Amino acid sequence: MKPILEIQNISKRYVIGGNKERYLSLREQLVNNFRKGFRAPKESFLALDDVSFEVMPGETVGVIGKNGAGKSTLLKILSRITPPTTGKILARGRVASLLEVGTGFHPELSGRENVYLNGSILGLTRSEIDKKFDEIVDFSGVGKFLETPLKRYSSGMQLRLAFAVAAHLEPEILVIDEVLAVGDAEFQKKCLGKMDEVSKSGRTVLFVSHNMEAVRNLCTKGVMLVKGQCKSVGPIEDIIEEYINQYTAEPEGASMTIPRDKKFSTWITELSVIADGQHNANVNMGASLAFDIKFESETPVKDLVIGYVISTLKGEKVINANTVYQPYTSYEEGVIKGKVRCQIGTVPLMPGRYQVSFWLGRSIQLMQQLDDILTFEVLPQDLWGKGQLPPKNASSLWWNTDFQFLPESVSSAKN
Amino acid sequence: MTPSLKKSASTENDIPQEVVDIAAAKEGNLYTIEAPAYFSLNLKELLEYRELFYFFTWRDIKVKYKQTVLGFLWAILQPFLMMLLFTAIFGNALGVESDGIPYPIFAYSGLLLWNIFATGLNSSANSMVVNANLIKKIYFPRMIIPMSSVLVALFDFLMAVIVYIGLLIYYQYQVDLVKILVFLPLSLVLTTISTFGLGSILASLNVKYRDFRYVVPYLIQFLLFINPVIYSTAIFTAPWAKYVIAINPMAGAINMSRFAFVDKPIEWDLVGISVGSGLVLMLLGVYIFRKTEAYFADLA
Repeated sequence: MKPILEIQNISKRYVIGGNKERYLSLREQLVNNFRKGFRAPKESFLALDDVSFEVMPGETVGVIGKNGAGKSTLLKILSRITPPTTGKILARGRVASLLEVGTGFHPELSGRENVYLNGSILGLTRSEIDKKFDEIVDFSGVGKFLETPLKRYSSGMQLRLAFAVAAHLEPEILVIDEVLAVGDAEFQKKCLGKMDEVSKSGRTVLFVSHNMEAVRNLCTKGVMLVKGQCKSVGPIEDIIEEYINQYTAEPEGASMTIPRDKKFSTWITELSVIADGQHNANVNMGASLAFDIKFESETPVKDLVIGYVISTLKGEKVINANTVYQPYTSYEEGVIKGKVRCQIGTVPLMPGRYQVSFWLGRSIQLMQQLDDILTFEVLPQDLWGKGQLPPKNASSLWWNTDFQFLPESVSSAKN
Repeated sequence: MTPSLKKSASTENDIPQEVVDIAAAKEGNLYTIEAPAYFSLNLKELLEYRELFYFFTWRDIKVKYKQTVLGFLWAILQPFLMMLLFTAIFGNALGVESDGIPYPIFAYSGLLLWNIFATGLNSSANSMVVNANLIKKIYFPRMIIPMSSVLVALFDFLMAVIVYIGLLIYYQYQVDLVKILVFLPLSLVLTTISTFGLGSILASLNVKYRDFRYVVPYLIQFLLFINPVIYSTAIFTAPWAKYVIAINPMAGAINMSRFAFVDKPIEWDLVGISVGSGLVLMLLGVYIFRKTEAYFADLA
């Protein structure tokens, strides 16, 4: 049997100019043309570097890798959004891609109209949508609001409708980006269930996710990308194992300077891990943990909102806290520069490596989000002086428990 | 958080029969993805996506007059009010030459086609930037976008033509029915292909150089004055002038739409020049657009 997808020596080169402007102005181009003779050569980097692998029909392949490893670029090339610089891909079947849910949704149109619009953008024909329409509406659970303009929908309803359309795609090859990270857990489960059905029914699925559990559950084969190169291809368990080991081998500092992204008017400049009052990414079990977030702003800010999420390397979120629902005292007057200490205190984390995501916003507007940016290690300690270290990988959290040994007869006799 | 699911067991050995069938059935269905090596029109693909073409046009028409009180009436009001203004200033006050046609009919016939050009050009030139989100998330033949923008402008024309018929009845103006049935559609086609041609050139330039966002409104204003919307080309008396004017396909189209009102022999050489330059403009537009479209997602 021939592979349904043959990815042959794909490379993608992006040119990065001296200025990070997202588009050129004509004047610059004209000036550049005049200066051609003595212009510095343009910098470029390879987002993908000679990537090759094959996918057999019916396989579900998980593509994993750190941020910037080239996962998204690969998906973009597979979905024909951008062409590769060199190399080619042979696809023996229709490729449908889902890099975003609700692509092309229009707020002014009704739910019904959006199902047709979105469906046809995703590659369904009108008669196919007609046939599946009731099923899509059932799946989304927004049946009552079909004739209401989408702009009156809650964001959850919009998302459900979008997923419902996406879940009813039936191409031979389905390419999915990390679109399942949004939405409530129950609906996520429903969608993953639907996707699982899709892969069981023999369709080929390519799936990109940070969530190692989702990849492990859904995929049979893994592809790991490291700095644009295809590091390894194999059974998903082996690839995940390798991915986690590779992560653990990398040394990380306690502090991290964040280069400014011009998109944001308020931005994070530095992040650090503080263990027992010291800058230290090696945290003893039971130690007092804190994060420092240094930020700067173009205009004075008072309404800063800050949040963090600690997760395991597998992507399971363990602790989530933010100023939206937890009390805090903000600045009395606006500042253009400052530091927020997230004093967590004793963290009941079991030994192992953890990563932290941060986000920063102003009142209700999200400014900057840094996913899994900081890593720290919890070292095993004999906290209770019993001469025993807790086992590795037993759980993410420990909890001080008062084990009370009570005679059985006493409590049962009273009741 | 993560829903736990049973894994589908599909190793090499136990692939369901159905899968093998799909693979076999699709043997002929081979897609290749690689860097674009040569220019191709790829009409077959456009045809495959004709439903999307329909949906985009339908969406833009629906959205255009959503949440307006007058709705589709705007499509009629815009040219109608302009016609009244032009008649008051140029027709009555200034007494501009109008080939012997009542000035309101003269101005309205010009405005009908001009509005297709002006709104079509404006929306198609901006279409790629407006739809940047779509371009970055999903593949479809990009040409559908500027094409459907021009079609939306054609829809406005269909509305406005009703007033046109009303005007002709009101003035009880003698019209050569054969000429109008031949030349109005021909001028319409010429307007459409010229608008699409120039629109897709500007659309692809706009993706890379946002300067064109500012150029387009200015360009449209400028072009209004070099087209015979307000005045008749008869005011240029030099013997070579009519040939120069005919090179502009829009001037050709507007003149053509008035053939039915004037009792003059048709100058076929001028019609030929206009149609020819309209075709060249369209092909140039398609060529430039096709050449650059692969990189739209990286630039948008």
